Amino acid sequence: MSIWEIIIISAIKIFIIVNLMLMTVSYLVYFERRISAWAQNRLGPNRVGWEGIFQPFADVLKLLLKEDIVPTQANKPIHTLAPMIALFVAFTTYAVIPFGPEVTIFGYTIPLVVADINMGILYVLALTSLGVYAITFAGWSSGSKYSLLGGVRSSAQMISYEISMGFSIAGVLLLSESLRPIAIVESQAGWMWNAIVQPIGFITFLVSAFAETNRLPFDLPEAEPELVGGFHTEYSSMKFAGFFLAEYANMIIASALIVTLYLGGWHFPYIETFGLPEWLTSVIQVATFMFKLAALLFFFIWVRWSLPRFRYDQLMNLGWKVMFPLSLINLIWVALLIIVFGF
Amino acid sequence: MAVKKREKDLTFWERIYVPEIIKGLSLTLKNMFKPKFTLQYPEEKFIPPASYRGRPVLVQEENGEERCVACGLCSRVCPPLAIEVQASETELEKERYPVKFEINMIRCIFCGFCEEVCPEEAIVMSKDYELAFSSRQEAIYGKDKLLVPVHQLQDRIDFLRNYK
Repeated sequence: MSIWEIIIISAIKIFIIVNLMLMTVSYLVYFERRISAWAQNRLGPNRVGWEGIFQPFADVLKLLLKEDIVPTQANKPIHTLAPMIALFVAFTTYAVIPFGPEVTIFGYTIPLVVADINMGILYVLALTSLGVYAITFAGWSSGSKYSLLGGVRSSAQMISYEISMGFSIAGVLLLSESLRPIAIVESQAGWMWNAIVQPIGFITFLVSAFAETNRLPFDLPEAEPELVGGFHTEYSSMKFAGFFLAEYANMIIASALIVTLYLGGWHFPYIETFGLPEWLTSVIQVATFMFKLAALLFFFIWVRWSLPRFRYDQLMNLGWKVMFPLSLINLIWVALLIIVFGF
Repeated sequence: MAVKKREKDLTFWERIYVPEIIKGLSLTLKNMFKPKFTLQYPEEKFIPPASYRGRPVLVQEENGEERCVACGLCSRVCPPLAIEVQASETELEKERYPVKFEINMIRCIFCGFCEEVCPEEAIVMSKDYELAFSSRQEAIYGKDKLLVPVHQLQDRIDFLRNYK
């Protein structure tokens, strides 16, 4: 392949992924509202189009038409920068997550991932940690007590949970012997899903993912009852929408990461033995990935409307005294698997 | 932070959270499939019970005359002074009738005092709750809007006879 072909193919992949992300994010907001309504025996937005299917467009239009207010106490450049960082981090992280196996189209062999880099997991960890800057900047630059508290809480929470997240990932990396997302997925062929091989690691990673994406029960940076709106109290119009989109995009990334690391990525167990044509296998595998992603996203929303928020000291207790030791135990378990059972 | 001693300690299964979380999740999942309470308003309408205090109306008898004898008690008792009555004489048995009977619906607080004080059961609270106007003039309801045939109000009149 010439360099131009690589650039064009990458551009097409980026275009598809970004648009898919934007659509998924806006529909995630819609489904969040519908599912929350169903869980509370209500109906939710069902007026715009069939069953409210065009609600996201109405929401975006509304936010676009709102006045953009910057408080006089705010530090203007950073106030503007914060939502941009949030969105940037949210959208760039997806580049390394594979959503399907290699496919052959018009004679080109294309891996279904934007950037197949060999230390993809490190890249994800680095970028998701950058995400906390968006929230801390937003909280600090707003010039409001509530926002500042939200920002500070966010960074404290991020530090406590990134550790158990990292140690859970270490367990996965020991088994796959690679930092490359595609290699990690390939190491989970059949039913060798990491969620089954190392359930403790799966649970610690899942809980840490909830904390990383600031979703309930760990949404302390927002915490409406105590902090009004937390870091985005002073934001309005499209800047607020930026945070909103970033939150949901982060949810998608967290779900995609969980699927890649623990739920076997695009693997449909033993599909190779069904004797289907190659293109159909690829389609089913991509669909499997999408289905797993959708199921996890539903789980995120479902948990949000079931559990109450943790108190701050409980959050820290859970992070340092429960999640951190558990992830270490998981690491020892994986080491035992490798040494004793020869995985 | 002051540590308060619990009256009852949590059991081991409650302390590891996970079973309790699963309980909570299954509860919300069950509720997702239950019938919904929402009334889709413009299409489905709320039908209030007889005890509902909606817009106050004047009772119109079968012969087309209002029951009101323009005694002015409702106007007198009305806390926000929303009712205005002007009496005049008539050949009918009741001898008096209101020439003008106006309720300012911007002022009305739906307390139902007018209905309670009325000696003739002539003013009652209806079930009508769809009150919207685009100007202050429109919000002053005259006799044309207030008179409602008695058979539509039978529900409320029976309720008043039982419980007033």
